[in-house]
Amino acid sequence: MSPGNDAVLLTGNHAVAWGARLARPKVVPVYPITPQTPILELLTEFQAQGELEAEIITPESEHSVMAACIAASLGGVRVFTATASQGLMLMHELLHYASGARAPIVMANVNRTIASPWGFWPDQTDSVAQRDTGWIQFYVESAQEGLDTVLQAFRIAERVRLPVMINLDAFYVSHSLEPVRVPPQALADEYLPPYAPEHYLDPARGESWGNVVTQEMYWRHRRDIGGAMDAVPEVAAEADREWQRLSGRGWDLVERYRCEGADLVVLTMGSMCGTAREAVDELRDAGHAAGLLKVRLFRPLPAAELRRALAGVRDVLVLDRNFSPGAGGVLHQELRAALYGTAAAPRVHGALAGVGGVNVPPAKIAELAGRARSSEPLPEAVWAR
Amino acid sequence: MSTASAAAITPQSFKSGVKPVWCPGCGDYSVLSSITKALAALGLAPENAAIVSGIGCSSRIPAYTSCYGFHGVHGRALPAATGLKIARPDLTVIVAGGDGDGYSIGGNHFLHACRRNVDLTYVVMDNHVYGMTKGQPSPTTEPDWDSKLAPGGTGLREFHPLVIALASGANFIARAFSGDPNGTADLIAQAVRHPGFSFIEVLSPCVTYRPEQRGWKDAVRPASVAVTDDPARAARRLMTDDGFNLGVLYAGRRAPYRAAPQHEPQSPASLELDFAL
Ligand SMILES: Cc1ncc(C[n+]2csc(CCOP(=O)(O)OP(=O)(O)O)c2C)c(N)n1
Ligand code: SF4
Repeated sequence: MSPGNDAVLLTGNHAVAWGARLARPKVVPVYPITPQTPILELLTEFQAQGELEAEIITPESEHSVMAACIAASLGGVRVFTATASQGLMLMHELLHYASGARAPIVMANVNRTIASPWGFWPDQTDSVAQRDTGWIQFYVESAQEGLDTVLQAFRIAERVRLPVMINLDAFYVSHSLEPVRVPPQALADEYLPPYAPEHYLDPARGESWGNVVTQEMYWRHRRDIGGAMDAVPEVAAEADREWQRLSGRGWDLVERYRCEGADLVVLTMGSMCGTAREAVDELRDAGHAAGLLKVRLFRPLPAAELRRALAGVRDVLVLDRNFSPGAGGVLHQELRAALYGTAAAPRVHGALAGVGGVNVPPAKIAELAGRARSSEPLPEAVWAR
Repeated sequence: MSTASAAAITPQSFKSGVKPVWCPGCGDYSVLSSITKALAALGLAPENAAIVSGIGCSSRIPAYTSCYGFHGVHGRALPAATGLKIARPDLTVIVAGGDGDGYSIGGNHFLHACRRNVDLTYVVMDNHVYGMTKGQPSPTTEPDWDSKLAPGGTGLREFHPLVIALASGANFIARAFSGDPNGTADLIAQAVRHPGFSFIEVLSPCVTYRPEQRGWKDAVRPASVAVTDDPARAARRLMTDDGFNLGVLYAGRRAPYRAAPQHEPQSPASLELDFAL
């Protein structure tokens, strides 16, 4: 197929591969892992057909993949990779290194349970566990959003010089076929010009990266990463507006679905948003003022926007498809922290819903919403099954 | 070592009853059966042995046996097995996995397991492909193997596991073929008996992604030269080997790793005493 304006059926993985192709990366180091492998497969096919001028390398593990990504990126070229679950776990050390090196790598991560025991189910613990690594994180709900977010991610990464991770739930997004509009290359090129970093490791200049620094230099460097993160909500909002202008599609950093006048708002991220939309529709039909807030940008958490969106709401129900033993649901904890001390903050109820991929039908969400309305919130998230 | 009478123990005693999910015709079925035959021939009971694996189709083996099993993370079977053997030297520890698990992501551990020479038996089901993730080239894949995922081949030289094992200090090196389950069982039993780190490469076809490997049955042959304990002779032999000579190719005399003296493992009776109120 060729890109154009007609919708074609693509899985989330293939849509992400299309996004990567349209971004014209030069180096793609990647190691196969279920359920990410179709991304690697399609990129290889594009390359074999001469449609992707990238060097695809398959190092001996994900740790080596990220090492190759960092070095290639610091060498001044656009770099893409993809992984899932255990692969992301193995990269952990180098995820910190990548943001420290200010390498604008873009990586898709297919959210899958982490061992042990073994499982192949959708669960976001793998990526929320990387929240302190200095990577910007998006969570997408659909294949189209996956494609568009890859392009936006490069634009953001290269502006703020931080790496970006795009997360899509295993199977629900990665393997489901959906109609997707693949933008023409010219449109992608207009949106994302060739990568021409102001500064890169140029052999002609003989510079190096990664030396031991003083305490003073170290903290300044960390503070600068913080400054770059602080700029992300604005830069990401601009990237989304510009994409909306060119393609007609915008996704927002936090999407408000039927939130007008809502006294109860369901807040979640990833594929669960699709189910929550259904639940909200059912609740609205039954005469309840319910809405959905979809957190698309999770790192940095757009706290100011969340506070604005939740002003005047009585109850918020957070659905976490992740579990941090000893802390509960990560999104629940983060939202509570973001709202703490604000005047007239909503009551925050947390549910560990969908951990390990268990199905959470709309009726379950409606039931949890009903319970949230009628009971005092607990400090901890509760298991919902 | 054994606690059960040899008469009561058969290969069947080592099967868990869990039905393997391998593709019909996969070589790993025979390797599973060879491992159970070898354990029975050694006169062990299931509780005397542990099977440790990483991740891959081949690494599913522990669940299919009734021995102690540990299905770890991708590439890390050898360090896990080393920990186990040092903690419980009385157990016979077999490490099982694939060429991707053992030579790619776990390649570093392979070198150090050979060098450390802990008394383990490492069975690698080599199918020259990552089977579980659907057919990517592995380190032992031929450079010109053309596939959708590596159009025209990788162009990369193969990894030579037996040569590397020898150079790194493995004490026993053999090659087996899954199509000869009795021969493979015999080699596994010899490997277990041999002290130190024993390495067996089992040619085990992946009929789904490498269907041409069905032809291996016509390519394999018993090695024509007798086993040697001389590393220099073994090196010459392995460097000129075409990958299809079966049998023990090296049996060395390095002293195995010795753990510091251990305390007696606690008996269930003494554990119960600890919990008595
Ligand atoms: C850290 C990590 N990366 C990637 C994977 C995905 N993965 C599972 S098995 C496998 C390769 C298996 O190949 P091999 O060891 O040759 O075993 P086979 O399936 O052929 O028996 C890969 C890449 C994983 N489980 N963990
Ligand atoms: S994919 Fe290959 S290695 Fe895996 S079970 Fe099937 S035949 Fe065996």
